[in-house]
Amino acid sequence: MGYGVLTYVENVDGKLNPASLELLSKAGEIVRARGGKVYSVLVAASENPQEFRELAACGVDVLLVYKVGEDRLCDYLLHAEALAHAIRRVNPALVLVSATPWGRSFAPRVAARLGLGLTADCLDVYVDEAGDIVQVRPAFTGNLIAHIKTVTSPAMATVRPGVFAKPTPDYSRRLEAVVLEELPVHPSGLEVLGPSRRKSVSLSEASVVVAVGRGMRKKEDISLFMELAKMLGGEYAVSKPLVDAGWFEKERQVGFSGNIVKPKVYLAFGITGAPQHIAGMKDSECVVAVNMDPSAPIAKYSDIFVVGDMYEVARRLLERLKVFKS
Amino acid sequence: MSGSDIVVLVKPTPDTTKVRFDVETGRVDRGSAELEINPFDLYALELAVRLRESLGGRIVALAMAPPHAEKALRDAIARGADRAILLSDSKFAGADTLATSYTLATAIRKLGSFRLILCGEKSVDGDTGQVGPEVAEHLSVPHAAFVQGVVDFGDESITVEADFGAGYYLVRLKYPALLSVSRPLAFKGERLEPRIPKLSDLMRARKATVEVWQAGDLKGVDHSRIGWAGSPTRVVKASYALEKGRNPVVFKSIDDAAEAVIELLKRKNLL
Repeated sequence: MGYGVLTYVENVDGKLNPASLELLSKAGEIVRARGGKVYSVLVAASENPQEFRELAACGVDVLLVYKVGEDRLCDYLLHAEALAHAIRRVNPALVLVSATPWGRSFAPRVAARLGLGLTADCLDVYVDEAGDIVQVRPAFTGNLIAHIKTVTSPAMATVRPGVFAKPTPDYSRRLEAVVLEELPVHPSGLEVLGPSRRKSVSLSEASVVVAVGRGMRKKEDISLFMELAKMLGGEYAVSKPLVDAGWFEKERQVGFSGNIVKPKVYLAFGITGAPQHIAGMKDSECVVAVNMDPSAPIAKYSDIFVVGDMYEVARRLLERLKVFKS
Repeated sequence: MSGSDIVVLVKPTPDTTKVRFDVETGRVDRGSAELEINPFDLYALELAVRLRESLGGRIVALAMAPPHAEKALRDAIARGADRAILLSDSKFAGADTLATSYTLATAIRKLGSFRLILCGEKSVDGDTGQVGPEVAEHLSVPHAAFVQGVVDFGDESITVEADFGAGYYLVRLKYPALLSVSRPLAFKGERLEPRIPKLSDLMRARKATVEVWQAGDLKGVDHSRIGWAGSPTRVVKASYALEKGRNPVVFKSIDDAAEAVIELLKRKNLL
């Protein structure tokens, strides 16, 4: 049996992903319950003291740094190599990786290589009465919540970004040790040529999301909802049919096949509420839905449900906000 | 099978909008909805058809599922697969992603060499997205996941655009390789949509044979690594999530509704 928790620190593009820090809250909690240390794995081209300090402040005890050339930093097969190596070396009880597209792409390779169970996209991880690690995850397009134990050790999970809060940093904490590792570099048949497009928006971080669905008659009408989103300091989003129609990019899509969001307030205009959409927004703090059809399924997942024309409601809301802000 | 063939992993899944759940126990009544090809995998199949037009080779649809998934494999033939194989045996039952990927990889080894393995980024029932990359690892081939589109391809390699989370990146993979594809999916700038089979395709599919392979047909398969026995993750408890709806305040007056929303925004410190 392993001891302690090992987390993977994501830094595609050399920038530390905030989701990696969230993992450290949970790692700290598990270590307090079961003992051991918090270990983290970082693949980097150079040592960045500021980054090390941040990781220490957020709870890392021992940092394993795998140095690779700048040109191979985005080669996720190398990251798989590094994580597999670290797991063998540390032999932890639990391994946590953020369930970002990056994490969900390479973590399965590590699990397959080491013959370990891997639980995808977890919403929680806890220690039960028996002292066992239990992973909680959605399945069936969010219809089911499953509690899962792993019979191989370490248990390994990817964790949905945003479900754990980032720890409050304590800058008096220091790393116990920094372990530098070298990776044997062999050709993998894969070459990351570089970034092609930036993402225009990260919906999962927005505190207000103004989403529109099939009730919108034409693409240009989005300007009204963009204005509303801007007024509220949020982002506009769309449901799957509008992306399928080719009107919007997928990064604006809320739903099972798009983005899972958890804003303070989610405003849904002209969205019926197909299960695939509900899976993407049901964990929002508050939901306001506007629909002509009083029997629209989204009503059930709303705190405020307005039976009415999405355009009229949006315009009225804008007017009221302008008055309020002036 | 030859080095120019394309394997498409298709998962027969119940329609998640029709399948019934036991609200108390969270048990899935898998008999309550017919099995059809996981919608994400339809894009993989369509991509395979488009690549075959330029690169040649044959398309083999491969699934691991109960016997009544045969219809879904016939659908794969109607949509362009040259051959369909269903891995079906009670010994495969209860498999998690590790056991599933091992079983699929063992079947692919039996098929011989291949150019590409394609699959959808995840399935609508399991929603893990793990089987693709795990198959790639078992077979020691490179993979790209969350593939947004194929940018270019030739006889030696294929270049795709993949979602890394922080942004989109171009990745070149040497054959043989595995791609797990997202939707919408682009093919050299064009948007791919799964084709709707023509009547003649359906007729051909009806007459085609779906090969059924059992555990005994997989030479050298390690029985401790398949099915429930080979699955390290165990569901200890499940519950139905969606019944937990909210209790909305319903407005029919737009003015009242606007006031209520403003109040809510104030309460959340957003104004």
